[in-house]
Amino acid sequence: MIDLATFANPARFSRIAGRVFPWAVGATAVLMAAGLYFALFASPPDYQQGESVRIMYVHVPAAWMALSSYTLLAVASAVALVWRHLLADVVARAMAPIGACFTFLCLVTGSLWGKPMWGTFWVWDARLTSVLVLFFLYLGYLALQNAFDDPARGLRASAILALVGFVNVPIIKFSVDWWNTLHQPASIKLGGPAIDASMLVPLILMTLAFEAYFVTVLLLRMRTELVRGKLRSARLRAAEADEYLPNIGKPA
Amino acid sequence: MSIFFAVLRRDLMLALRSPAESLMTVGFFVIAATLVPFGVGPEPETLARIAAGLVWVMALLAALLSLDRLFQADYEDGSLDLLLLSPGQTEIMVLGKVAAHWLTTGLPLIISVPLLAVFLHLPLEALPALLAAMLLGTPVLSLLGAVGAALALGARRGGALTSLLVLPLFIPVLIFGVAAPEAAVADLAARPHLLILAGLFFGALVLSPWAAAAALRLAAE
Repeated sequence: MIDLATFANPARFSRIAGRVFPWAVGATAVLMAAGLYFALFASPPDYQQGESVRIMYVHVPAAWMALSSYTLLAVASAVALVWRHLLADVVARAMAPIGACFTFLCLVTGSLWGKPMWGTFWVWDARLTSVLVLFFLYLGYLALQNAFDDPARGLRASAILALVGFVNVPIIKFSVDWWNTLHQPASIKLGGPAIDASMLVPLILMTLAFEAYFVTVLLLRMRTELVRGKLRSARLRAAEADEYLPNIGKPA
Repeated sequence: MSIFFAVLRRDLMLALRSPAESLMTVGFFVIAATLVPFGVGPEPETLARIAAGLVWVMALLAALLSLDRLFQADYEDGSLDLLLLSPGQTEIMVLGKVAAHWLTTGLPLIISVPLLAVFLHLPLEALPALLAAMLLGTPVLSLLGAVGAALALGARRGGALTSLLVLPLFIPVLIFGVAAPEAAVADLAARPHLLILAGLFFGALVLSPWAAAAALRLAAE
């Protein structure tokens, strides 16, 4: 078993992240280029849906990322609450906007796909509604995080909210199996996917590209957060040391 | 358990001594619902079709309005610190506050539902199912609302923030709360929806005090 504590030191994390980052950027570029080529040119149009099936190669990976980001957010929040670990806070804080963007992308592409296929941009179907709720949860999380003067307080409060909202994730995942609705059930399952290899390849490539993109942005944002934290404490220290400031709140 | 009854008694006594506050929630509930016929037109068929949903949406908003009473005053005057220091578990204390909140807002809302049913031409066969659904659903609103109210303590623009946090969590209650009276109108069984609401109630009963207590401890730090 890997000792997680080895990676939990922020300074060591920054070093490792610095080394991994260029590779993550490269992987994103290569996978995205390959994925888009297969998705837009080298895959067949669907026999029923025609060319609009290509929306799937963005929509489905975005939906997977939206859900897995929230799961990861809940895990990071739990770790942050139980062990009060700095890096877990940083992960959660850095990840939430990325997850919210993936959720938004999923909703927008789904809506654009819905218009030619179902004849409407929006239906109040179980899955659509629950993904919309997921988006609201992300928004609430971000709003709560930034609502306090003390950033640490906002992080802890939003961590509790992330855990409460996690109840929604299984509901989204299984909504299409539990309720018989307009949105189709999952095609990719254990025991063999129900779609052809010519479509599965671009889908997998695009998913990997999204994952690589997620890692890239996450590393970037985490390093920014760490630097921002250092800046904040440096400023506080400077303010405390500044003898020209009135001695408000200082011990006599 | 003694802290549960102690907090319950204290909050009920406070509510009884200034009854205007819980009456205001009911007032909002009734007045907001009477706005609807002006908006959608007074035809009884239209109103009857949407009555159950309207009652629920108004109840959600009314519950939301009352949430800032739950912990805010105690937070401001310092009694929250004493409540957290008092012997007994914080979770049980939260349950006492939630019970008092439900008795002073949820229950009055349910009592005023028959009046709204008349105003909105709710089909008579839907009324028992709606009342049963509200009896099971409004405690869930108080329980989840306690989590949101506790999390937003000390935040900037706490009231608006609480709504943003809590409304998405209220959605399942709304779905099944409306499904029960609609099933009754369609001559189907309302029981499955009521059972799911009961499930939501018990789930929230176990999990919410835990989250709300964690948020309160955080607020008092």
